[in-house]
Amino acid sequence: MLFQVRGGVKLSYRKELSSESPIVRMPTPKRVCVPLQQHVGSPAEPVVEVGQWVGKGQLIGRAGRGISANVHASTSGTVIAIEDRMAPHPSGLTQPTVVIEADGKDRWAELAQPVTADFPLPVTPKELSERVAAAGIVGLGGAAFPSAVKLDMRYKHSIDTLVINGAECEPYITCDDRLMREAASEVIDGVRIMAYALAVQHVIIAIEANKPKAVKAMREAAKVDHSIRVVTVPTRFPMGSAQHLLLAVTGRETPADKRTAEVGAVVHNVATARAVSSAIRRGEPLISRVVTVSGFGVREPANVEVPLGTSVEDLLAFCGGLHPVPTLLIGGGPMMGATLPSVHAPVVKGTCGVLALTASEINDGPQSPCIRCGKCVTACPAGLVPVEMAQLIRRGDLQGAKAIGSQDCIACGSCSFICPSHIPLAHYFSFANGKLGDLDRDARRQDRIRSLIQARNERTAREAEIKKAASAARKAAKAAAAALATAAATADATEATSSLLEEST
Amino acid sequence: MEPNMMLHAAQAVAAIGLLGTVLGVVLGVAARYLSAPVDDRAEAVVAILPGSNCAQCGFAGCKQAAAAIVEGRAAPNVCPPGGASTAQRVAELIGVRLAVDGADTALPTVAWVDEERCIGCTRCIRKCASDAIVGAIKQMHTVLPEACYACGLCEIECPTKAIVMKPVMPTLATWHWPKPASKRPVATG
Repeated sequence: MLFQVRGGVKLSYRKELSSESPIVRMPTPKRVCVPLQQHVGSPAEPVVEVGQWVGKGQLIGRAGRGISANVHASTSGTVIAIEDRMAPHPSGLTQPTVVIEADGKDRWAELAQPVTADFPLPVTPKELSERVAAAGIVGLGGAAFPSAVKLDMRYKHSIDTLVINGAECEPYITCDDRLMREAASEVIDGVRIMAYALAVQHVIIAIEANKPKAVKAMREAAKVDHSIRVVTVPTRFPMGSAQHLLLAVTGRETPADKRTAEVGAVVHNVATARAVSSAIRRGEPLISRVVTVSGFGVREPANVEVPLGTSVEDLLAFCGGLHPVPTLLIGGGPMMGATLPSVHAPVVKGTCGVLALTASEINDGPQSPCIRCGKCVTACPAGLVPVEMAQLIRRGDLQGAKAIGSQDCIACGSCSFICPSHIPLAHYFSFANGKLGDLDRDARRQDRIRSLIQARNERTAREAEIKKAASAARKAAKAAAAALATAAATADATEATSSLLEEST
Repeated sequence: MEPNMMLHAAQAVAAIGLLGTVLGVVLGVAARYLSAPVDDRAEAVVAILPGSNCAQCGFAGCKQAAAAIVEGRAAPNVCPPGGASTAQRVAELIGVRLAVDGADTALPTVAWVDEERCIGCTRCIRKCASDAIVGAIKQMHTVLPEACYACGLCEIECPTKAIVMKPVMPTLATWHWPKPASKRPVATG
């Protein structure tokens, strides 16, 4: 039973470029640059020193405060620097990064004790989520939200459903497709571990209809557990958005600015499930991931298991390099991914794809005026009115845009894609939501500073009062002393006169 | 004739007295229920402004600036240290729409102490309205960037020009896409 999902667009997928290339393991590069923040939340704190030898899988960054994730060495070697290096981010800004010169031996560090027993597992759910956290696992679909936090949602909300996201709705990307076909039993094992950790009754694995081979492989592997259902969902972007997938398979709609846990479900990606299986069954932390390298600009499109921290340059070289044509480099999928600042950026936990797109693949015509066709309104999966919001933002009325829901935009880019006038609608919303975030942060800062100023004003007033009181007291004392002196003097004088009078009488 | 005149006088006094009483009651009721509302927005604006009286706006202090904003003699974004968020709040309060462009807003700044030049005189500390500068006599001073709102009073006060206002660079956590150009240039061959 499937439920109707609002909006969305039909895309040309071009998955055939890489969908039939089996996953190949890339040899460890000479050097890896592992950023200390590859996840949503606060950055990890480095726990190694420059010059130190680290084993493969050794903890190099401990999770920071609040929501955060551990970071591990993806190969053995020497830490040659802990410094700011380019982040795989469109801004081209830097972030703290641990640089490891590989010794070529790929020697494992001491790993966590594996749990090899069959279901039901002899460990508590709490222990499982702790192990997942220790392994530094984050959502591998692209959002990179720490997985252990999601497994702990059961302590805050009542969760009855686990949805496994195998939709892979972005064009070009085939890493999850290959993983489901080649490592179905590992994925299913990870799914069962997560279902056990969450203590859920229903497990639904949702796969888009354009991946029949993956559906077949997963159905076969899922026979070991009857609580798992493998369902096919329509091929329509953005089916892989957690909220939309949940709506499609359960009919539950997640309220705006809420998480799916609030409606009793947790959504995890298939690659995350496989990482969980590796962490529990073999004690291996998350130190590599499957990345789809594709686009007409790449000589040999492929699905590559890449050690985290490998530079995009090394990865592209492994795939035969680029064709000598101008290309646009994108980290992630073409719809929601972002341009890479350079080939020196590293592959991180959230990198599901590296695409080199040529001009023929990009619909980049000159912008023309809006003809108010309403296509963006039909396409918006969040039920917003992109045309109206973009107009308000262009005029500088961010509050107006916020009032009609700009902050509920999921940044899927369907509106920009469908717009016949090539208006960069999603770009407007990214700008507006970023700016609104700026204003919020600034307002909180101003509030804090205003309270500091008030505290100082009150303090100085108090100090002035004390000073005034002290000087008044001094004055009073002086006056009293003076009065006493005059009184004494008068007393003397009266005495003198009286004695004189006495004498005269 | 005499008693008649007395009667007339009494009547007049009573009539005027009655009239006065009635009108007094009417005026009293009107003052209570039909009075024009007092414009107390100035006070609300004061509550939004930083309250340090740094005078960068050109008025003597925050109170005077607030009065000027409410009377339309000053723009809602007249307060430089208050920044964009304060301007937005003020604009919202007085019912003015303030366009946010993103392109024309300068980077926020914070004060920074050049340790080569600081002589530890504490003059800046005494000027700082938000207690953002730490130091003691003949000791190196430093600015807590979280508490500094860039009013610039310390920069003026410093006898050795050791304090400069430095822009706060965006980080991965604060960066966002700039506003799209309203007309993109047509790509040429």
